[in-house]
Amino acid sequence: MKEIIQYFSDVFHAVKSLLTGMRVTGYYFFHHKEIVTQEYPENRATLKMFERFKGEVLMPHTESNEHKCTGCGICEMNCPNGSIEILTTFETVDGKKKKIIDKHIYHLSMCTFCGLCVKTCPSDALAFGNDFEHAVFDRQSLTKVLNKPGSTLNKEVKE
Amino acid sequence: MSDSKIQENLQKEDAYYVNMGPQHPSTHGVLRLRVGLQGEKVIHVEPHCGYIHRGIEKMCEKDTYSQIIHLTDRLDYLSANTNNEAVCLLVENALGIEVPERVKIIRTILDELTRLASHQLWWSVMGMDLGALTTFFYGLRDREKILDIFEESTGGRLLPSFNTPGGFMHDIHPNFVPRTKEFLAYFKKKLPEYNRLLTGNVIFQQRTKGIGILSKEDAIAYGVTGPSGRASGFACDVRKHHPYSAYGMVDFKEILYTEGDSFYRYVARMDEMWESMKIIEQLIDRIEDGPYTAKMKPIIKLPAGEYYQRVETTRGEFGVFVISTGDKTPYRMKFRSPNFANLSALDYMSRGFKIADMVAIMSSLDLVIPDIDR
Ligand code: SF4
Ligand code: SF4
Repeated sequence: MKEIIQYFSDVFHAVKSLLTGMRVTGYYFFHHKEIVTQEYPENRATLKMFERFKGEVLMPHTESNEHKCTGCGICEMNCPNGSIEILTTFETVDGKKKKIIDKHIYHLSMCTFCGLCVKTCPSDALAFGNDFEHAVFDRQSLTKVLNKPGSTLNKEVKE
Repeated sequence: MSDSKIQENLQKEDAYYVNMGPQHPSTHGVLRLRVGLQGEKVIHVEPHCGYIHRGIEKMCEKDTYSQIIHLTDRLDYLSANTNNEAVCLLVENALGIEVPERVKIIRTILDELTRLASHQLWWSVMGMDLGALTTFFYGLRDREKILDIFEESTGGRLLPSFNTPGGFMHDIHPNFVPRTKEFLAYFKKKLPEYNRLLTGNVIFQQRTKGIGILSKEDAIAYGVTGPSGRASGFACDVRKHHPYSAYGMVDFKEILYTEGDSFYRYVARMDEMWESMKIIEQLIDRIEDGPYTAKMKPIIKLPAGEYYQRVETTRGEFGVFVISTGDKTPYRMKFRSPNFANLSALDYMSRGFKIADMVAIMSSLDLVIPDIDR
């Protein structure tokens, strides 16, 4: 007799515990406004990342195509995995030879977004961009030159 | 050889071997377990590591101390912030640098947020492993809020790389405090939902109660730390016994149970979530204005010697050991990762149980594979 009572009480408790769980899911079934699914990629037009989001490393340029990079190579030195290569050339100004940046090469495919290059750059020439859709068919296109063609050094940056 | 040993070897020879992993959905990553079976009964379990070995300890030897930080993110990626902190604390202690109080408090809050996010994911996945896919969506819904807090302040959702020796990369976002408070109010309402959905569920209880029992002595012998060890009664909370950052300033309870089965490992983690919220609540109003980093030299060189620092990550005690020769890179770096020790107890815990119980035991240990292989 005792076992039979035990059996039925077990069954009762089991059903009760299942119903408790069903109540939670049932609640959201009828209150689907509270569900916060983001419909990516349909919401691409309105999707906004937070401003600090680390999507890729960029070199901001002004409207007159000026950047702040002096070609000092500190970012290259601080990058833990060699994602940055600095190529410099020489420019002659007033008869004096001056080192300037030729190509600031950035390998997005190797970057781990540690943020050290942005943090250590002495002239704040680098920044993080918010774009995160980096899938491409060709691996080569993940290697970018950050300084735009024909760009010059911003005059305000002192060396 | 003793009789029992011979018996055991005979059993092992007779056993039927099945590979669980490296691509099994419940091994979460690439852990390969060679399971010896007799019928459905598990005779013994042999973990085979190394499928995601990246040589992080060796890589650290060529990196400066600031560069090492981003590698520690990639050990136990669900406690990334806590791992970062371990290296930072080690460097600060070795150099005798006192970090501002503001940094200590924010670090502690970030640690606890990491812990909450990690436990939420673990809860989701544990339900999923045991056949309740619903929990996965509920857990991830709430975890998203914490990831947003991280994204707004640090720029990284999962791997923030936010700590540096001395403090932080940059200051926290002005929205950090209101957002955290908002999250606490929200999650306090949602956490009881977790209990209603899964904890009381009869199927879940029967699959976890009395499964994978680990006694206190064995937990100590295997070095099982974190909630898994505390569910067996092993008082091993580094936050409590060797406080770092702001843990000395707050009042919280070390969750201890004596049962040591899968269900109580589950309960210990659920209780820890409440404690984490309590810690954040006590600290969130104590963030003062001030610098976000102590003054550091651009090139950090540790004086020659050996250093050790431990912290409590989500899964247990995480230790960093450094031998320095006075250079700007360490001579040798060694990580004591909690998951590796926890995994070592799996063989002992699963013996005699059914193969389906292995999934429950593994989920309740909350293993993260990159932390095991390093
Ligand atoms: S980006 Fe900054 S750190 Fe890098 S070379 Fe240019 S100025 Fe130097
Ligand atoms: S974010 Fe880090 S890994 Fe990426 S380019 Fe900058 S320094 Fe290198």
